[in-house]
Amino acid sequence: MTRKRLDSLLLGTAAVIVFVFSVFPVYWMINTSLQPNNQIRTVVPNFVPANFTLRNYETVLFDTTRSDFMPALGNSLMVTISTVAIALVFAFLASLAVTRFRFRSRKGFILAILIIQMIPAEAMIVSTYRVLDSWSLLNTIAGLTLVYVATVLPFTIWTLRGFVNGIPIDLEEAAMIDGCSRTGAFWKITFPLLAPGLVATGVFGFIQAWNEFLLALVVNSRPEMMTLPVWLRTFQVATGTTNWAAIMAGSTLMAIPVVIFFLVVQGRMTGGLVSGAVKG
Amino acid sequence: MSTHSPALEVAPGGADGSRQVAPVPPEPPRPVHRRRRSARMAPMVLLIPASLVLIVVIGYPLLQLVIMSFQEFGREQVFGKPAPFVGLDNYVRVLTDSQFWAVLGRSVAFAAVNVVVTMLIGTLIALLLTRLNKGFKLLVSVGLLLAWAMPALTAVIVWGWMFDTQYGVVNYVLGMITGQDLHGNSWLSNPLSFFLVATIIITWQSVPFVAFTIYAGLTQVPDEVLEAAQLDGANGPKRFFLVTFPYLRSIFLVVTVLQVIWDLRVFTQIYALQGIGGIREQTSTLGVYIYQTSLGTGDYGAGGAIAVIMVVIMMAISLYYVRQSIKDEEL
Repeated sequence: MTRKRLDSLLLGTAAVIVFVFSVFPVYWMINTSLQPNNQIRTVVPNFVPANFTLRNYETVLFDTTRSDFMPALGNSLMVTISTVAIALVFAFLASLAVTRFRFRSRKGFILAILIIQMIPAEAMIVSTYRVLDSWSLLNTIAGLTLVYVATVLPFTIWTLRGFVNGIPIDLEEAAMIDGCSRTGAFWKITFPLLAPGLVATGVFGFIQAWNEFLLALVVNSRPEMMTLPVWLRTFQVATGTTNWAAIMAGSTLMAIPVVIFFLVVQGRMTGGLVSGAVKG
Repeated sequence: MSTHSPALEVAPGGADGSRQVAPVPPEPPRPVHRRRRSARMAPMVLLIPASLVLIVVIGYPLLQLVIMSFQEFGREQVFGKPAPFVGLDNYVRVLTDSQFWAVLGRSVAFAAVNVVVTMLIGTLIALLLTRLNKGFKLLVSVGLLLAWAMPALTAVIVWGWMFDTQYGVVNYVLGMITGQDLHGNSWLSNPLSFFLVATIIITWQSVPFVAFTIYAGLTQVPDEVLEAAQLDGANGPKRFFLVTFPYLRSIFLVVTVLQVIWDLRVFTQIYALQGIGGIREQTSTLGVYIYQTSLGTGDYGAGGAIAVIMVVIMMAISLYYVRQSIKDEEL
C-alpha cells in the first residue's frame, strides 16, 4: 500500500505545482497593485501587501494628468458593446439562413466563413488602415467597431449555427401544425431555446473585442481614442521603470471584466474553439 | 491503481462543473423546402448584412493588399501620390533580403518550440487531471482557468514586471535558489532569454486550452479497452501510446494545428515585450516585422508583399483545419 501512498503524494505535489505556476502571476499582479510604489522597489520583494493601500487604483482611475484610464474605458465599452450587438444580430440572421434553409451557395458561404477566419489580422493591418482612412473612419468608434464586427463575425456565425442546429426543427413544425405561422413558430419556440447560445456567443465576442490590441493600436492611435489595451501599453511604456504599482492596478482593472465573463462561459469554450476557432 | 473516470464524465467546469464538451451535438440540419418565391429569397436576404460587412472590411482590404504588394508604395503614396506598378519588385526585394529570412526562420523556430512545449505540458496536465481526486482536480482547474482568462496584453505586462531587471521577483527567487546575486540580471536584452520569457508567457496562456480539450477527449476513451490493455500487461506509457492516443488522434491533430496557427501569428506578446525592453532587430517575428516595415519604415509595398506571403503560409496550414471542421460537422 505504500506504493499507492507515494503515487497520490506525487500526484498531489504535481497538482499543487501546476496550481501555483498558473495562479502566481495573477496573484503577483494584485499583490503589487495593493502596495505603495516605493514599497515594491525593494531588494526583497513583499510576498503579501505589507502596507496595504488603494492609492494605485486612485491614481489610475482619477489622476487625469497621468492616466487616461477613464476615456479609454469609455471607448472600450462603446466599441465592445456595439460590436457585440451588431455582430450578434448579423450572425443570428446568417446562421438562420444556413441552418433553416437549403440553397445553392449555402456550403460555399460556410466554407468562406471558415476561410476568412483564418486570414491573419497581422497581415491586414496596413490595408485596413488605408481603407478606413479613405472613408475618414480612422480614430472613430464607428471605424473600430466596423473592423471588430468583421473580426468576430465568422466565429459568431459558426458558433450560432451550431446552436441553431441543436434545436430540432420538429418543434417548429409541431407548432405550425397547431396553427402557428412559420415566423410565429420560430419566435415562440426556437428563439427562447436559443437564448443561452446567444448569450454565450455574445460573451465570446465581448472578450475578443475587449482584449484586441493590434487593430486598435493601428486604427485608433490618437490618445483620446485609445481602447484599454492600447492605453495600458502606453501607460506602461510611459511609466515603466517608475510606477509598476500603478501599472499593475491598471492591469487588474482591465482584466476583471474579462475574467468574470470568461468564468461564466468557460464550459462552452473548449467545444466552441475546437470547431471553429479564434484566439483573442 | 488509479480509478478512471466514467466514460461519460465531462471535464471540470468552473461554477457548475459540467459543461466542458462541445456545446452542440452536430446534428445534420433538416431543411424545409418551400416552393414559394419569398421562401427562396429569404436566405439570401438573411445573409446580406453579414456578407456586406465581410466584403467591405475583409474582402476589399485583402484585394487592396494584393494590389499594393505589386506597387511602389511609400509614404508619398499614402498622402495621395499615384502608386506605379512595379511587377514583382517588392517580392524580389523581400525574398532576397536576409532580414526577411531571419525573421521567417525565427518565427518558425519560435512557433515550433512553443507548440511542442505547449502540447507536451498540456497533455501531461490532462493526464494528471484524470488521476486526481475531486478536490485537487478543482484546484488545478481553477488555476488553469485564471491563466487562460487573463487578457494577452495584461499577461505580458505582468510577466514583464516579474522578470524586471531591478525589482523582478524571478531574479529574487532564482537568486535565493541558486545562491547567486541575480539582482540586475536583464532577461529581455538577450534575444535568447527574451524568447524564453515569451515562451513562458505563451505557454502559460495556451496550456489550459490544450489541457482541457485533451482531458475532455481522454474521458471519452472507453474504460474497458484500457482495462483490457492493462490485463494484457501494458504499462502506463504503453497504454497511452497504443490505446489512448489512437482514440484521440484527430483531437491532437486539430489542437496542434490551431497552436501552430496561433503561435506563428504571435504579435501582442512580442510587440509588448519589445516595449518593455527587447532589441527589435533581433526579436521581431513575422507579424511584428510587417508592422515595422509598413508603419515604422513606411515601406508599404514590401510590407504588403510580406503580408501576402504570410496569408499564403497561414492558408496552407489552415487547410487541414478547415477540412477537418467541415468533415466533423457535416455541412
